[in-house]
Amino acid sequence: MTTTTHPETTISADQALPAVHITREFNAPVEAVFRAHVEQDLVAKWLGPRGLTMRVDRWDASTGGAYGYVHSQGDEEYRFFGSFHEVRPNERIVQTFTYEGFPDSVSLETLTFEDLGGGRTRIRSTSMFETKDARDMMLASGMETGVVEGYEQLDDLLAEA
Amino acid sequence: MDDRLSRVFSALADPIRRDMVARLAVGDATVNELAEPYAVTVQAVSKHLKVLEDAGLVSRGKQAQRRPVHLEAEVFDLMTKWIERYRLEAEQRYQRLDAVLAEMAVEGPEQAKTRIAKTRIEGEAS
Repeated sequence: MTTTTHPETTISADQALPAVHITREFNAPVEAVFRAHVEQDLVAKWLGPRGLTMRVDRWDASTGGAYGYVHSQGDEEYRFFGSFHEVRPNERIVQTFTYEGFPDSVSLETLTFEDLGGGRTRIRSTSMFETKDARDMMLASGMETGVVEGYEQLDDLLAEA
Repeated sequence: MDDRLSRVFSALADPIRRDMVARLAVGDATVNELAEPYAVTVQAVSKHLKVLEDAGLVSRGKQAQRRPVHLEAEVFDLMTKWIERYRLEAEQRYQRLDAVLAEMAVEGPEQAKTRIAKTRIEGEAS
């Protein structure tokens, strides 16, 4: 896996901690990947799940800032909010994350940007939940949507072939 | 269901139990066979098995003497699917980010600068 040029998302649920780790590489310089995480109009283009509209109500991606956005589909709305604990340009973003459907639950997300050279970047994210139960519920939620989207993606791939 | 998922995750939190599950994925085994590679008592292995059984990950055969341990692949699949679903979601999100990054590269540095000035992002504008 050291020479791969196909950047696939890897994910692992920590066995010892209530955490989820995600790693992904991008064919873009670290400055661009970072911008795509902090500039509201860029974030809105990719963060929302497919088929859902993303509306950003509040966005201040700076240390001590905050955010709030809504994913909607017809009458259904899913609201999320949190604080930016630290935004360190091209290096690191630390933020909290709450889904309003579970208002008492909050996770802490740490995202690091790593310059791989040659215009490539690796990001690593760790979402730390309050309990393993909360983590597992997060993993189990939206199973149906994920499966449907997975098939849609497969359809797209087959259409291209 | 959520409760079962928690039990599955915590059952697999132990390295010996994970190893036992990996070996059972190849085929059924008796408690004695399972205990062989470990420097622990058969009794300790039985305790680990009990945890796996309670989580619904394994079942025990009915034959009085051997009672082979069997991996409940269905339950194991369920958990793998949950994680895989989560992974797929993240991957799809990042494929959209790939597209955004490709657009940014085409846009060129001049337009990018204008945009940065407009949105005044921290660290770039100050």
